[in-house]
Amino acid sequence: MTEDRNASWREELRKSMKPKERTAIERVPMNELDPVLRARSRDEVNQGLTAEQAVTEAKRCLDCGKPSCMEGCPVNIDIPGFIKNIERGEFAEAARVLKKTSSLPAVCGRVCPQEKQCEGSCIHLKMNSKPVAIGNLERFAADFERNSGKASLPECRSSNGHKVGVIGSGPSGLSCAGDLIKMGYEVTVFEALHEIGGVLKYGIPEFRLPNAVVDAEIETLRRLGVKFVTDCVVGKTVSVSQLREQGYECLFVGSGAGLPRFMNIPGENLINVLSSNEYLTRVNLMDAGNPETDTPVFRGRKVIVVGGGNTAMDSVRTALRMGAEKATIVYRRSEEEMPARLEEVHHAKAEGVEFLTLHNPIEYIGDDKGRVKAVRLQKMQLGEPDESGRRRPVEIPGAVEVLEADMVVVAIGVSPNPIVPSSIEGLNISRKGTIVVNDDMQSDSIPTIFAGGDIVRGGATVILAMGDGRRAAAAIDAYLSR
Amino acid sequence: MNRIVKKERFSEKVVRLDVEAPLIAQSRKPGNFVIVKIDDKGERIPLTIASADTERGTITLVVQAVGHTSARLCAMEEGETIAHVVGPLGRPTDIRNYGTVVCACGGVGTAPMLPIVEAMKKAGNRVIVVQAARTKELIILEQQMKQWADEVVIMTDDGSYGTKGLVTNGVENVIQREKVDFCVTIGPAIMMKFVSLLTRKYDVPTIASLNTIMVDGTGMCGACRVNVGGETKFVCVDGPEFDAHQVDFDQMMTRLGAYRDLEAVEMRKPLR
Ligand SMILES: Cc1cc2nc3c(=O)[nH]c(=O)nc-3n(C[C@H](O)[C@H](O)[C@H](O)COP(=O)(O)OP(=O)(O)OC[C@H]3O[C@@H](n4cnc5c(N)ncnc54)[C@H](O)[C@@H]3O)c2cc1C
Ligand SMILES: Cc1cc2nc3c(=O)[nH]c(=O)nc-3n(C[C@H](O)[C@H](O)[C@H](O)COP(=O)(O)OP(=O)(O)OC[C@H]3O[C@@H](n4cnc5c(N)ncnc54)[C@H](O)[C@@H]3O)c2cc1C
Ligand code: SF4
Ligand code: SF4
Ligand code: FES
Repeated sequence: MTEDRNASWREELRKSMKPKERTAIERVPMNELDPVLRARSRDEVNQGLTAEQAVTEAKRCLDCGKPSCMEGCPVNIDIPGFIKNIERGEFAEAARVLKKTSSLPAVCGRVCPQEKQCEGSCIHLKMNSKPVAIGNLERFAADFERNSGKASLPECRSSNGHKVGVIGSGPSGLSCAGDLIKMGYEVTVFEALHEIGGVLKYGIPEFRLPNAVVDAEIETLRRLGVKFVTDCVVGKTVSVSQLREQGYECLFVGSGAGLPRFMNIPGENLINVLSSNEYLTRVNLMDAGNPETDTPVFRGRKVIVVGGGNTAMDSVRTALRMGAEKATIVYRRSEEEMPARLEEVHHAKAEGVEFLTLHNPIEYIGDDKGRVKAVRLQKMQLGEPDESGRRRPVEIPGAVEVLEADMVVVAIGVSPNPIVPSSIEGLNISRKGTIVVNDDMQSDSIPTIFAGGDIVRGGATVILAMGDGRRAAAAIDAYLSR
Repeated sequence: MNRIVKKERFSEKVVRLDVEAPLIAQSRKPGNFVIVKIDDKGERIPLTIASADTERGTITLVVQAVGHTSARLCAMEEGETIAHVVGPLGRPTDIRNYGTVVCACGGVGTAPMLPIVEAMKKAGNRVIVVQAARTKELIILEQQMKQWADEVVIMTDDGSYGTKGLVTNGVENVIQREKVDFCVTIGPAIMMKFVSLLTRKYDVPTIASLNTIMVDGTGMCGACRVNVGGETKFVCVDGPEFDAHQVDFDQMMTRLGAYRDLEAVEMRKPLR
């Protein structure tokens, strides 16, 4: 909560400017690379705010008594608390306030769908002005701390002799491990891939979330004593019962939703039709765009990406950076229903991505070598709202067109990866393949198993995964210190 | 880091590597494979676990040089390390007492067949191996096969060893000669396709071990997908073995060529 709202410095700060003066300040735009240049480069598009810009933006925040923004944040970050520290120039203190709630502020500041969460609930919107740039400020404070080289290592309680295992090194696993190590547990993270970081590494591209940001978080965890075992598929390399025999009293499962969905339409197995997971893994994790590495990746000239989420935006913008002349989003609803972050849609457009909404692929057409050469698209219109509250796309009978493409990336969602859940006997798994847990992220069937992130929610968000990991850590602590 | 503790050359293009991987050695079963990544810049490629030594904590890989990464592996020496080995992946072979089993293999399919031959024999089957290659020098692992198989039939395209003919000729001879209850086939896709067509004609249930292109090997990317009985399956998690009579081998062969032009570029690179 905003506990030090009544601190004298904060009261003075509030009085130093009239609310009217604060709301009169224009929202400080993020510094961005030029769209033409950046569309051919892997450099981060958003360059961050300068200290001066951050202080100016922080002044726009009214330090509300009942901050509605906090209700919009899934983990209730003390938003005015950190922003007011930025306003008074105490950037390290701002980072400390963030870290009380979030273990990955540099990541969430960059990738949260702020317009639907914190910023979407900022009081400014009610006054017809743009919301405070909470995400940009969060990123500023976290980057400041990291770049200062003075990021203090959090204190750890002395070892309590209990061993806990974490399966998966995505945001949920990393946050769970971070909290447990601070509480004095001996923590080992098991990761199937050769790299730590989950989707933050293999999915979200460098131009949106540089690996260096994620690596800094991992390095901190290492220094605190978290052990990482890569190339270890739990359920294959070691079983959960073997881990129990090795003394792991509780396990946190954060194995994500890494199972790509396809549409089961004709031609989907043609060459150069691939899942966004495959495409992004080749380019991000395997660095296939770099001629020095051995992994190949096809450089499509006319690329179609199917879907309207963050994964689709990441894929289509990656295609541009891999040299596509034409990169098109094909989405079956209208732009309004697109689940992607607003900023990504804007960025994609500025970079020259074309948007073909209300179209849905029904067939891929191949050439004589079995490679995709065109896509048959069904035109759609919006009908009644469906259970997600969004208007349902319905076919316009007979309205079919054909679009040329030499590469198609399918980004229509993911399902939970079944390897871990199906390897634990007696574990309660939902029809959708997710692990069923209670409010403490504890399995209702096996009390020593906790789970969170996408394996519990299906494809969700980084901040929710992070929050789950922390909640599970607290619950594991409570369970083991009964 | 996984150290190569032993290397043996079977032919110009085929080597056997014993690699340290104690956890995998313990949990692997016949039919399982690993994904190997040589170093930082390396590609991830799948290789079958040919055998394992739990005491030494090693697994045996038999690698045929077909492209950049497999050639690099074949050029590695004892004492060198492979940065990443992950596994065991895939479903193990469904080993049962079927009666008489024909194991039809060729090329790179020979090495992965070895542990299956051993397991089938131990399960009480009569095991007949039909092993094929273009020419005598390319026949590998014959002695190791003989250790377990009741009979090893060698076929060469040019007749320089064993009987002249294709693997399918060898299999057909066996089927015509005695009752065959089950067939396992591993090798180039085109070979598996023709073995499958043949055994379908004789109604012999057959499984094929598919060697598609893979990236992660855990069901995450879908690069390995194949059409089996009209449904899309992921070879790394649903396979690698499938009912051969249901597999769309033509589609699989097309997909195997997905990176052919790009791989040709990689192959001109000097081996690091
Ligand atoms: C391309 C893309 C873009 C996205 N963009 C955004 C965004 O902008 N904002 C946002 O909030 N969210 C975004 N998301 C969603 C977000 O990344 C996920 O919700 C989040 O990463 C889930 O975290 P997690 O910890 O549950 O799992 P993951 O990040 O999926 O990590 C799971 C890890 O577990 C490992 N694992 C799986 N099985 C095993 C096993 N058997 N043994 C050992 N390890 C195993 C996996 O290899 C992986 O490393 C995006 C997702 C993608 C794919
Ligand atoms: C489950 C599984 C188990 C396997 N077990 C073994 C094994 O025990 N020993 C072994 O030597 N190989 C095995 N393979 C095949 C091996 O993975 C490939 O030979 C290897 O990936 C080729 O990589 P490369 O970089 O050397 O060649 P690339 O440069 O990738 O390819 C060179 C040429 O080989 C062709 N090719 C590529 N991949 C394959 C493939 N999977 N099968 C046939 N031809 C291919 C390409 O079309 C290309 O023309 C297995 C494959 C799978 C899926
Ligand atoms: S964590 Fe995300 S939702 Fe919460 S305040 Fe930060 S950017 Fe907003
Ligand atoms: S609602 Fe907006 S103005 Fe109010 S405290 Fe939150 S960020 Fe500041
Ligand atoms: S190799 Fe990626 S899903 Fe099979």
